[in-house]
Order: sequence, then C-alpha cells, then structure tokens
Amino acid sequence: MKMPAPDAAVLARRAEIVARLREIVPGEGVIDDESELRAYECDGLNIYRQMPMVVVLPSTTEQVSHVLRYCHDNGIKVVPRGAGTGLSGGALPLSDGVLLGMGKFNRILEIDYANRCVVAQPGVTNLGITNAVAHAGFYYAPDPSSQIACTIGGNIAENSGGVHCLKYGLTTNNVLGVELVLMNGEIVRIGGKHLDAGGYDLLGVITGSEGLLGVVTEVTVRILRKPETARAVLLGFPSVAAGGACVAAIIGAGIIPGGMEMMDRPAIHAAEAFVHAGYPLDVESLLIVELDGPQAEVDELIATVEGIARAQGATYVRVSTSEAERAAFWAGRKAAFPAVGRISPDYICMDGTIPRKQLPAVLDRIGALAEKHGLRVANVFHAGDGNLHPLILFDANNPKEVEAAERLGADILRLCVEVGGVLTGEHGVGVEKRDLMGTMFDETDLAHQQRLKCAFDPQGLLNPGKVFPVLHRCAELGRMHVHRGQLPFPDIPRF
Amino acid sequence: MSEVLKPTTAAQLRDVIAWAAAEEASLDVRGHGTRRALGRPMQTSRTLDLSALAGIVSYEPEELVLTARAGTPMVEIDAVLRGRNQMLAFEPMDTGPLYGMAPDGGTLGGVVACNLSGPRRVKMGAARDHVLGFNGVSGRGESFKAGGKVVKNVTGYDLGKLLTGSFGTLAVMDEITLKVLPAPAKTRTVIVYGLDDVTATAAMAEALNSPFEVSGAAHLPATVAQRSGVDYVRRRGEAVTALRIEGTGTSVTARCDGLKALLSARGALEELHTTNSIRLWHEVRDVASLLPDPGKVLWRLSVPPSDGPKVVAAVAAALGAEFFYDWGGGLVWLATAPTEDGGAGLIRDVVAATGGHATLFRASDSLRAAVPVFQPQQGTLADITRRIKDAFDPKRILNPGRMYAGV
Repeated sequence: MKMPAPDAAVLARRAEIVARLREIVPGEGVIDDESELRAYECDGLNIYRQMPMVVVLPSTTEQVSHVLRYCHDNGIKVVPRGAGTGLSGGALPLSDGVLLGMGKFNRILEIDYANRCVVAQPGVTNLGITNAVAHAGFYYAPDPSSQIACTIGGNIAENSGGVHCLKYGLTTNNVLGVELVLMNGEIVRIGGKHLDAGGYDLLGVITGSEGLLGVVTEVTVRILRKPETARAVLLGFPSVAAGGACVAAIIGAGIIPGGMEMMDRPAIHAAEAFVHAGYPLDVESLLIVELDGPQAEVDELIATVEGIARAQGATYVRVSTSEAERAAFWAGRKAAFPAVGRISPDYICMDGTIPRKQLPAVLDRIGALAEKHGLRVANVFHAGDGNLHPLILFDANNPKEVEAAERLGADILRLCVEVGGVLTGEHGVGVEKRDLMGTMFDETDLAHQQRLKCAFDPQGLLNPGKVFPVLHRCAELGRMHVHRGQLPFPDIPRF
Repeated sequence: MSEVLKPTTAAQLRDVIAWAAAEEASLDVRGHGTRRALGRPMQTSRTLDLSALAGIVSYEPEELVLTARAGTPMVEIDAVLRGRNQMLAFEPMDTGPLYGMAPDGGTLGGVVACNLSGPRRVKMGAARDHVLGFNGVSGRGESFKAGGKVVKNVTGYDLGKLLTGSFGTLAVMDEITLKVLPAPAKTRTVIVYGLDDVTATAAMAEALNSPFEVSGAAHLPATVAQRSGVDYVRRRGEAVTALRIEGTGTSVTARCDGLKALLSARGALEELHTTNSIRLWHEVRDVASLLPDPGKVLWRLSVPPSDGPKVVAAVAAALGAEFFYDWGGGLVWLATAPTEDGGAGLIRDVVAATGGHATLFRASDSLRAAVPVFQPQQGTLADITRRIKDAFDPKRILNPGRMYAGV
C-alpha cells in the first residue's frame, strides 16, 4: 500500500514537534515512546501497519484546535482516530504524521428527551449512547457490530451502519449536529437540535468523510423509543437463489424488517460450530428476519413473512417464541466473524453493496474467483439493503496468501461495481479500497470530490493517503480550462 | 425575458453549462418554474430549462430504488410509485398553491434542489436522506456523478446530500436516484382539542416519544384549525393537535388505541380515518390552505421542537402573525404582515438564539431582495459555503445569489 512520501524535514523536527505538542496538551496526552506508539500502528484492518511519528490525546476542543493550527502552520500531517475499530484502514498512521486520538472525549454532555436527542463527545462509544438512555426506554439506532467499542466520532467519520439500517438508517440519517474543528484550527458548529441544518448540507458531507474534512469534537444524535417488541424468524433454503427471492418477496410485500440477514453454507457451518445457535446445517442459505415494533404489528408481520417464506420454498422455518430464542438466532450471526476466525488463521472482511437481485449470480462468481485464487470465502449478507460481507480466509504468515487475499478482495469489489453496486456499503474506503475508486468513479468524479476536500483543508494535511487514489494539489484542481466561443450546439432548443 | 436554453440530452446539458462557464453567462436553472419565488431574486443572462430532461430511467420496487431525470414531473413519479404501493417517504410538499400556482406541478429536480420534506420528516427523514446518487454537470461545465444506485453506500463523499438543498447553485442534476419505501396501507390521526401551544408541544413530545411510531405531529391554533377542510378539525372551534399513525391495519388500530389512552387526560380526543387523515396532512404539508392570505409574508422556522412555542411567543404577538406547528413543534410556519422587513430582524434573532434557522419562504421580490431569504451565515461557516461554491461553480453561473449574495 503506497502512502504519501514522508516529509524528511518534518521527521527531522520530531523532537521539537513533540515538545510543542506537550505544551498544548500537558500531562500524559502526548506519546512518543516507541513501545507505547505500537498500540496505534493499525486499526481494525490490521494487515496494514505503520508507526505514527507521535500520538496526541487532547481532551478539550481548544486543545484540538491548537494542535491542528500548529500542524497546519507547520505543514504537519494529521490522522484522526476514534477507537481504531475501523475496517478500511482509515486511521492507519503516517510515519511523518501526528495521530490525533479522540479517546479522552468520552463524556455524554446532555440527554434531551423532549427533543429526542443526545449531545455527546466523539469518544463516547456507540453503545454508550444507547446505555445512557436505555433506562428511559430509548436507544441510538445505528448499531455497527463493533458497537461496544467503536466511538460515535468514528461512526460519523465512516457513516457506520449496522444490521438495523434498512429501517432506521445509517449514521448520516441520525446525526443532527456537530462541532467541527478544521485543519486550520477554526471551530464551527453545524446543525443542532433542530431537524434540518440550514445552508449547504455540511453534515451530510462530513458524515462519511473518513476524517478528511475536519475533526468532530461534539455530536448531537437522534435517539428513538425502543420498539415495543421484536421477534425473529429463522429461515433455511435449499439454494442462495431461493433465499434471495424470499428477501425480494418480503420487501415486495411492503414489509421493511428491522433486520434481515443472510448467511451462506460456509458461514452457517462456522457459526454453528462456534456458538451452537441451533442453525440447520442442511441448507444453502439461512435468513434471519427480525420484525420490530408494536406487538400487534409484529405478530401480524411474522405470520406474513412465514407464509412468504414457505411459498418461496423454505425448507426450515422457526419463529422465535421468547427473547432468549431471538437472541440465540442472532448469536450465530453476530459471532460469524470470530467463528470464521476459528476456522482460518486470518480473514479479511469485504464490504460491497449489490442490487439484491444479483445475489445468486454474485455468490456463484465469488465462489469461482475464490477457487481461482486458491482461497476459501464465507459470505454474510445484510440482505435487506444488499450489503455483502464476503470473508476471505487466508494465512497472514504466508505472503503468497496475503497477496492472493488482496487480489481476491479487489476482484470481488470490482464484481460488485460491475453488477451495479458499490465498493463499500458501510466500512469506508480508507486505504483498503482507495486504489479501486477508479472502478466506480472517473477522474472528473474524483476531482469534484477532492475539490470539496479543498474547501475544508486546502493544504491536504488531514488524513492524506486515504480515500483518493491520486492526490492532486488544490490549486491544480481549481484551474479551469475554458474554451470561449459560440454555444456549440445549434440544435439545442432556444426560446 | 431572457433567452431560454432547453437541452434535450445529457451532452447538450454539459455543452450549455460549459459554454456558460467559458462566457461567464449566468443561468437561471429551472424545471417547471413552480418554485422560482423561493430564494433570492436573481439577475441572470439566460434561463436553463430542464423540463426536457424528463422521464423515469429505472424503477425496481423490490430494490427500493428509483432513478429519474431531474425534469420528471412529480405527479408522474407519484403515480408510478402508487402503482406499486410505494412512496417517497419524505412526503415532499406541493408548493404550487403557496405561490399562486396550480397544485401538482413541479419536478423531481426542484424537490431535491429545495430539500422539501413534509410532516413525515419526524419519522422517516428529509429529502436529503432519500437521495442515493446522481449524475449531472457542475458549474465548471463538467459531467460528474456521485453516490450509487443501491440503498447502502459510503463510497466517496456524499455529494448527493450536498446538492440536495443547494437550490441549484453548485451543479445541475440530470439523473437522480432515490430510495423509495412501501406506502402505508392505512392512516389514522388522533386529534386532541383545545390545547395551548406549550401543552400541545408537550403532548406531541409525549406521542413522539411513545412506542406507537407517530409519523406526523402538528398543532393548529384555533383560528388556523377553522380553515381545515376536515369537519372534525373545525367543528369544536378549538385548537387541534394532530398525531398521525400509519402502517398495516391491525397495527394502526392497536397503536391508535394506545395513543388515545396515553393522551386521554390531555383533553377531548377524536380519531380521523384514512380519507380525512390524508386531507389534513396534505393541508399541513402544503401550508397554503391553513395560512391562506397571499398578501402575507410567509416564514419557515426550523428550531429544536421544544423551543417552538417559546419562539412563537417571542415573535407572533409583536408581529401580529398567524402560525402553526409541524414536526412536533420543530417546524413553525409563520405568516406576518408585509412590513418593511417582514419581521426578519426579530425572527432571525429569536431563532438564532435556539441554534435554528428561519427561511423567508414567500415574500415579494423586493422584500426577498432586501432581506436575506436564508438565515445569514457568519465567520467560518460562511467561508466554507463560499469555498464550496468556488469548488463547484467558480464562475458563479448557476443560480447566482439564489441562496446568499455572492454564492
């Protein structure tokens, strides 16, 4: 993975930079000891590692502002980091960069039930927000599988999803406001407790910007009343196609389940061997369909889904009759990643989205690609929204397998784009998919995205080397090549 | 009247804008022109008419995705979705009557460019939450795209959101991909009579915080309720607080019962069935019939829901204004007399103190030229807005000044 060339002049000034950062963030907020830096060398995508030049752990917005202004004025790159659970390498450090850890921003600032929102610092965990309001019957809807550890600030950077996002939306649909520090140290508030922020939708572009536009120091998120009840039905099918057809039929019937997950045979077997969830082993695809909401509605829809599933040829149908049974259905799915970790020394999790109707064809072709690269793949699928997570099994101690896994991953993502899908549904581009951006976007598309970056960080100092395959200077991007003359299309209707 | 350019292909659209960028010829970008009175008046050299870039490109109900061209009439999209029991869940308002035009006009591009969302915003999100991707031409005269045609995507910056609500000042969208959702089989509305604004806001919060999945929460003061076409809303001559419940039959009935039990101590209750419900929520969505005086200046205030009554108390009496609340109190429609500033000074100060913003939604050209239409931005925020305009439309040719002077 090629990263921006380290700046020798910055590296030569390391001692001075560390000293200045210690003035801004006194106490134990600056880490320059190699053994302590090691903890920050990667995020959840641990096949890529890089020691940062220095780690700074500020605890106030003013400190963040001063750190960024100092780095801005001195041409020093900065990589922001939440909990480091991201799966695309978005928090991968730079050897000549400051790693800005936001973990000390860990307080909930306000709970406002009248306006159904929580104001929190960005280092609060996703689950921490739900836990703060659960006693009153509320929760924060987006629930990435890392929710126990991942931070709300990281969720905003990555626009994180989760199993419930078809019905309740991704992070971007649940954020009302942020306080943001720009690379030059300026502090700006966007949105608030009102439902629609005015002006250009800056919240919409900051969410999912992978730490390239600014550093969030405060968030306001919507909270929802916990559904009255939730029940799940476990459905087994003799083919992936039948499972896929069932998903389409459920949505075609006007039902938007709270969660709808699919696993293929390798994933079912790995999960069952690991947690003994009671999954059937003689099926090719397994669906978990969860209906949540008012009791009367859930009971009605469960029966409808059961009927649809039988009509679509389900060979296994089990409806949860208790909260414990519902939890058991989910236990296997939620443990799918570690379960796969048990049957393989290492795995990487891909994250494409495809039009759902393409699922059977895509899984067939993934099987063929895996065979070609000599690796195994297990597939879990957020079936409701078409977000596919192929887990590529490999051995990281075998350099040939690492290479094959990377190549297979790239082939799978190209396939997702080819069938009308996208490179990433919820994990972000980061470094992992950076060099594949060209399969989805042409140079003009990417230049328009980079110009937005220029509006926030014209020097390109914030998290460079992520998202964009080629870094252009903002001055170069701003240039326009104009050809004056007559309106070239005489046949355009004019009045 | 300035020359109208009406491209019929994507290539022509690009060529027109590239030419305009080279010549620094400003363009008034429009679909059917039904929302031209929304925004600051502009001085442009030409009109770019998108109405020929029309038609539904693809619609896959099972994928919950629809792609249509910006000039597609909203009535066409609504009809096609209705045919498959689906909808645009953000419930875009029909601004026609408000601006003295026929109802059911307007294009998809206009709805998206203005980020117009109706009462269902409280539950299902705004227009911006349903835009999945687009292709179009920026003010640089270059074709580009962003987002995708699937419902879950984080590949690259979400430029679809940036363009939604940008009033055509950054780029001209050609094809727009939207997330669509199943339409509810049944709609009911619980109404509570006789609440004052503060109590009504508390009741709406209680309903929105309940497990009954309320999809609309509005409060009409007595004089405004009198203008409703729904007899149940008018008949007691009192203020009406309305709470909408949508979904499948059994569920709607059960939730309505739950909601009525929850609110029973607040006052006399009534329940509207589907036809009356739809009528009332159209009235709330489209505003014109509830605040009907076309001579009044109309403001749209977006504030934290619990601050709604406080904001109204601080401005309505002083300005002699009529008003009603949507979004549980978070959206206030306020009609004021056409005074020198239409109440802008007072309204903007009061709203700014809540962190919210006020839009001068309808006023004469002269008032919209004299008073900022959108809440003025300051400092860093204004700088970012200007730099984004620089990035997408450096020659200031697309709807120049429609949102802010110089942008």
